[in-house]
Amino acid sequence: MGIRTVGTRTAVAASAVLALATSTAACSSNASSSSSGSAGGGKVSLSYGVWDATQVPAMQKIIAAFEAQNPTITVTIQQTPWADYWTKLQAAASGGSAPDVFWMNGPNFQLYAANNVLRPLTDTDPHPDTSVYPPALAKLYQYKNVQYGLPKDFDTVGLWYNKALFDAAGVAYPTASWTWADFQAAAKKLTDPAKGVYGVGANLEGQENYYDTIYQAGGSVISADGKKSGYADPATVAGLKFWTDLVAAKESPSLKQMTDTAPLNLFESGKLAMYWGGSWDAKEFSGNDATKNGVDVAPLPAGVKKATIIHGLANVVFAHTSHPAQAEKFAAFLGSQQAAQIEADTGTVIPAYNGTQQSWVKAYPQYHLQSFLDQLPDAVPYPISKNTAAWNTLETTELTKAWDGSEPIDKAAGDLATAMNAALAKEGS
Amino acid sequence: MTVAGATARPVAPAASTPAAPRDRGARRRRRRQRGKEAAWAAFFLAPTALGLGVFYLWPVLQTFYYSFTTWGPFGGHTFSGLANYRALAHDPDLRSAFVNTLWYCLLGLAGIPVALVLAAVLARPGRRGVGVYRALLFLPVVTMPVAVAIVWRWLYAGDYGLINTLLAKVGIHGPYWISDQSTALIAVALVGLWSSVGYTMVILMAGLESIPRQYYEAAQIDGAGPVRQFFALTLPLLSPSLFFVTVLSVIGTLQTFDLVYVLIGQTNPALPQTRSVVYLFYQDAFVNNNRGYAAAIAFVLLLVTVALTGFQFRLQKRWVHYA
Repeated sequence: MGIRTVGTRTAVAASAVLALATSTAACSSNASSSSSGSAGGGKVSLSYGVWDATQVPAMQKIIAAFEAQNPTITVTIQQTPWADYWTKLQAAASGGSAPDVFWMNGPNFQLYAANNVLRPLTDTDPHPDTSVYPPALAKLYQYKNVQYGLPKDFDTVGLWYNKALFDAAGVAYPTASWTWADFQAAAKKLTDPAKGVYGVGANLEGQENYYDTIYQAGGSVISADGKKSGYADPATVAGLKFWTDLVAAKESPSLKQMTDTAPLNLFESGKLAMYWGGSWDAKEFSGNDATKNGVDVAPLPAGVKKATIIHGLANVVFAHTSHPAQAEKFAAFLGSQQAAQIEADTGTVIPAYNGTQQSWVKAYPQYHLQSFLDQLPDAVPYPISKNTAAWNTLETTELTKAWDGSEPIDKAAGDLATAMNAALAKEGS
Repeated sequence: MTVAGATARPVAPAASTPAAPRDRGARRRRRRQRGKEAAWAAFFLAPTALGLGVFYLWPVLQTFYYSFTTWGPFGGHTFSGLANYRALAHDPDLRSAFVNTLWYCLLGLAGIPVALVLAAVLARPGRRGVGVYRALLFLPVVTMPVAVAIVWRWLYAGDYGLINTLLAKVGIHGPYWISDQSTALIAVALVGLWSSVGYTMVILMAGLESIPRQYYEAAQIDGAGPVRQFFALTLPLLSPSLFFVTVLSVIGTLQTFDLVYVLIGQTNPALPQTRSVVYLFYQDAFVNNNRGYAAAIAFVLLLVTVALTGFQFRLQKRWVHYA
């Protein structure tokens, strides 16, 4: 062997050791800042940061319409895949070179708003009218009563079900008047261990599963001011118990099974009779032969009250943009009815602007997609705080113990409340 | 580093030899010569030294400094003294991550005897198809870790995986390998072992082939059987190679990350039982926006790595023989 000399051996070992320590520092250096807009010849160019490639054609159409009305402004799209979007945006914002206007989501919003990365839209002229969007959605993008983002699109959660499995078990299809009791009875009847069929997939998933039931049970994930965890509330625990009971009764696959095979795939392969899923699943199900016409959707069952989690993206303006007036103008246009109509016609997302949503419903006539819109009056905003990601990690860690049966749900929820409150205390005001 | 040693040595005696006072010209010449050599040495060293300095040493120093700071999500940090280290001392996650990582380390070392057997079998004179086997066993080393992990995820799947399907044929009901808290760590370590055994094997094969055949012939004449030959000849002569793969294996397994990231993932119930130190670092730095704390984790791991490696170099005197 060639590697014999002590010098080389030491060097190899030493450099391997050193390589490890480099990682944090390498990521900390700010992205070199470059001015994103240049005002050459009276023309202003803006950049628009997005992550979803399938929506780029629709965005391009909207930009074309905007540029036709504003000949002095040109807009270019900066598309970054989802996996890198937030890491890149965070680095770019730190270095002052974020796009002038970009997409924002609920969990990240307050982090950006609180750190003065976003430009408030309150002094914009004309003042944006947020009453044209679902109220829960407009509120999602308010921080300390200041509006920072205009809703772009939204999604709610519904009860998807497999028609053939319902027919076989002789259970009537879910309706808008279903309660938890109806749901639980159906889950029990639909479960068939011999065939490996379960009533529902009790996924350890906030938005599509336990957040909905927490609010249906009258509980909360986080207090209205975003400072205190709601997990110690007995009503919240009841919302969680809804799912752990289903797992314990084997009317749902175990957490281990669902880690191996995602509930969505189990539902698509006919192993789950019911699946709590988003409005975004319509596109997925319509593209799969097994679910194209074999499934349908109803509103979520009611607990103490009706509730569904609403979440949607917003367009926000970068606080340090070199062209604030033009950027605000573009953001306002993105939130307009004209832009929403263009989005609706493409059929990929539900536009946020009220009255434009019907085109999306019509795009998939085989499903009762109206169920998603009918739930809007009961919609609860996606729970967030300034550093949502920190306690999202805690939710997974603590609730896992209740889902796999190693801890009773009230203990797991209590531990979670303590840990989450500690994380929230670190956020400061 | 070796270049420096090579150039410095011939110069050194010249410097220590006292020059005769009358021979001024020669002395000046020699000094000029020495300066020239040093300049050349610096010139040749510069690319490596600069690279090491800029890309390794400087970041290490920065990380060390950052480990005493608290970070805002958009850059900007404040000095917070030992706060991160104090929090680390009471972090149960760090403790369990170190325990898990040490398990990866130990199970990784178990791959060396396996590689040794494979190398010994393949290195036997006259064996045919050595190239094919060597290539097959080496293939996982050159395969992307993420691709490896995804394929193994399918193999390990509880309901539809190949492993459990085969086990069911002999009447064994296999567990959910990577989501069961009692099997997940072993499952991850096995994949790590599988993907590194080829590399270890190739190095050991090279080591075996460099042992002169005459030694064995001599040993045979002296009446040593295959077992005696192995322990008295092969093992000591192979010890430098074994030492090398041990050091690399320990350092490599201490940095286990990608397998846990892909094979286990964020929402797996077995994550606390499989989370490595580097995974914890990743979670704190990039998920929880807690960069200063993450820097402290990285630094503690660096110290542990240096300590373990230093320990191995100390032990080397006891068992490594350089022929």
